Amino acid sequence: MLRIITDYGGLLLFAMGRTLLLALLGLFFACIIGLFFGIMSVVHNRPCNVISQIFVDVIRGVPMIVLAFFVYFGVPYLFNTIIGGFSVTLTALQAGTICLALNCGAYMSEIIRAGIQSVDIGQMEAARSLGLTYAMAMRRVILPQAIRTMIPSIINQFIITLKDTSILSVIGFPELVNTAKNVQANTFMSFQTWAIVGVMYLIVITILSRSAKMMERRLNVGR
Amino acid sequence: MSVAENDGMNGTKARVDEDTVRIRVRDLRKTFGDLEVLKSISLDVHQGEVVVVIGPSGSGKSTFLRCLNRLEDATSGVIEIDGVDVNGRKVNLNKVRENIGMVFQHFNLFNNLNVIRNMTLAPVQLSKCSPAEATERAMKLLERVGLADKAESYPHQLSGGQKQRVAIARALCMQPRIMLFDEPTSALDPEMVGEVLQVMKDLAADGMTMVVVTHEMGFAREVADRVVFMDGGYIIEEGTPEEVLLHPKEQRTIDFLNKVL
Repeated sequence: MLRIITDYGGLLLFAMGRTLLLALLGLFFACIIGLFFGIMSVVHNRPCNVISQIFVDVIRGVPMIVLAFFVYFGVPYLFNTIIGGFSVTLTALQAGTICLALNCGAYMSEIIRAGIQSVDIGQMEAARSLGLTYAMAMRRVILPQAIRTMIPSIINQFIITLKDTSILSVIGFPELVNTAKNVQANTFMSFQTWAIVGVMYLIVITILSRSAKMMERRLNVGR
Repeated sequence: MSVAENDGMNGTKARVDEDTVRIRVRDLRKTFGDLEVLKSISLDVHQGEVVVVIGPSGSGKSTFLRCLNRLEDATSGVIEIDGVDVNGRKVNLNKVRENIGMVFQHFNLFNNLNVIRNMTLAPVQLSKCSPAEATERAMKLLERVGLADKAESYPHQLSGGQKQRVAIARALCMQPRIMLFDEPTSALDPEMVGEVLQVMKDLAADGMTMVVVTHEMGFAREVADRVVFMDGGYIIEEGTPEEVLLHPKEQRTIDFLNKVL
């Protein structure tokens, strides 16, 4: 156990860094995608609602490992071979980010939709009755209130996404799990390797959920 | 139509200007699916007039009010606010709404903003005035409704009566030409009804054009220039408070008044 830490500790920490980088990139775009489709699902426009619903259903209905293979291998193959004339290549980081963003974005969209719908309809009516536009009312009145109820679910989704980065080891991105596989192959110490990796995830996620609890408490002040 | 006697009111009631029609409604109909809530409503509201709409639950009073600023889309008919067709395709609804203040049964103060920001949000966002001017105007209005000390409070820190007074002040902060009240005292504890009605009486005395849906018969008697009795989606009877409340002609009005008085 000690030998793995002394010999491979730095490597594993670096890999954890890449896991966090991938998760952060994925989450960043997931927030944008989630907000976009979340609002699309609550506006009074049938086509927008339907498009949003289809996006969520499709992404939710496909396992992420399939999505990863599809984006990393399938999409370049489509452009380069089936359509032809393109030269599209995705790095594992790019493909991984896209996968996480789509996957997490779909769930975020549902969280945001539910959050917006949890705000009393009277708030929107009062805002509109004053002459505020729909967008102004959303931004100044509805979303600030919706976010409070959304925070716990969003943090939960962040944690799931952080763990889901491990799935992207299948497309060869050298995040923590992928790196750990190499360490295990070199040392044959599978118990020790995976125990250490497990503890590393545990520490990061515990820190994340603790700070989330603190943030939640702070946001609830004055409620 | 006569100007109401202003017994029991402070100040003199501003005269109704019969030549200026602020709200003109013709043959308004509204259906929700198969349910016909409004069946041909026609009504004019003049400058400075206080029209009180009474009637049993489900008679369409609130729906009628909500059609006036198009919180509900009318199914058919004409609604003109200062000559602008509210149901028109090209109408700038936000501009129309800037001139119509609305007060709701459940106050609907913005829970995420304190009192002063509740009031200044719309004027500032819509560039009606600078933030400083808006704050100054809001403070004056808060003084008028007796809540200057609550400027920094959040809605959840206020009583129902205080919330409703802030809601009225918030609507006034847009300097509307018309005020709509949708059962403004129905969600209040009895001891808080008076303070809200007083603010409304003062507003009426200042000559504000008002349409008030309420169950407060005392308010109707004292403040209304005209009382409109609605039932089953129709206007059954309308006239001065004396005509409708004391000498009703229609049997349905008599039945209703017997129940509530």
